[in-house]
Amino acid sequence: MHLAYPAVLSALLFCTGLYGVLARRNAILVLMSVELMLNAVNLNLVAFDVWLSRTARDTLHSGQALTLFTIAIAAAEIGIGLAIVLAVHRNRGTADIDKLRDTAEPHGPDEATLTEDEKAEATA
Amino acid sequence: MSLAAATHGFLSPTGVEIAFLLVGLVTFGAALVTVTTRQLVHAALWLVVTLGGLAVEYLLLTAEFIAWVQVLIYLGSVVVLLLFGLMLTRAPIGRSPDADSGNRWTALAVALASAAALVWVVVDAFRTTWIDLDGAAAGSTAVTGASLFQNWVLPFEALSVLLLAALVGAIVLSRKAKAEPSPPPVNSRAATGSSPSVPDSRNHPIERNSPAEQEGAL
Repeated sequence: MHLAYPAVLSALLFCTGLYGVLARRNAILVLMSVELMLNAVNLNLVAFDVWLSRTARDTLHSGQALTLFTIAIAAAEIGIGLAIVLAVHRNRGTADIDKLRDTAEPHGPDEATLTEDEKAEATA
Repeated sequence: MSLAAATHGFLSPTGVEIAFLLVGLVTFGAALVTVTTRQLVHAALWLVVTLGGLAVEYLLLTAEFIAWVQVLIYLGSVVVLLLFGLMLTRAPIGRSPDADSGNRWTALAVALASAAALVWVVVDAFRTTWIDLDGAAAGSTAVTGASLFQNWVLPFEALSVLLLAALVGAIVLSRKAKAEPSPPPVNSRAATGSSPSVPDSRNHPIERNSPAEQEGAL
């Protein structure tokens, strides 16, 4: 098999996940896009491991071991991420990333007053 | 390498390449629908198609153990966890017009630029490289297990500690920040051996589900 097939598919999946992370507004959809990016990396690791295990006599199988580690870490990441999203939803009543602007720098007069209001709410 | 390249060609693809290409098209299309659909639950269901397609790609690359791990962990637990998260945050079932934020055109430009750059670099770098898929499978369970427990034992154990930390962290994060003072009958029930999450589940029936779900995923 030509090595370009899995490499190109992996690059396209990674960029799809990148678009999702940047364009989505719901936090859980952002987590889904992060999963897409991690899976693209996994496909790359597996393809290069299969290639290197035949040509370079790589007996460590480092690509597949790293893929297993990535899958386990992705499972941990999704658990922690969803716990954080649920905690935010419980406290704020929304999982909308655009509305969580407490630490954002104020750009215009509208947002400045908004953050002032939120600060007043937080201190009250 | 040039001798190996002489025996292959773009114009005579093998059956494995054709299968890889078709499954890859399905996977990429499902990924595109995942990040563009306005129905939140449909996004999770299209993610199932994407991850399943990737498992088939792993099988075509003879990495069968990784493929089954992908099916077990991603399709079995991560997607279910995402669906639970969508429902616990009360995501709308139908079309939600504000699923995409205002900077989607910037995001599209960034994604297209990075896709063009990555695909160009990758195709240019590996134009004459072929994977030899004949012979014994490169990722059978025996091979993967032997390499994992001969060469990767220490990272493997460190990973188990990481998973334990993530488990504890998820439970701590999903608890309520301040435990309310419990009435006396609740304490007596807890002392007699019933589950300590039972008194809280009366007050917060939905949020209490989250620790158990995260525990199941890990």
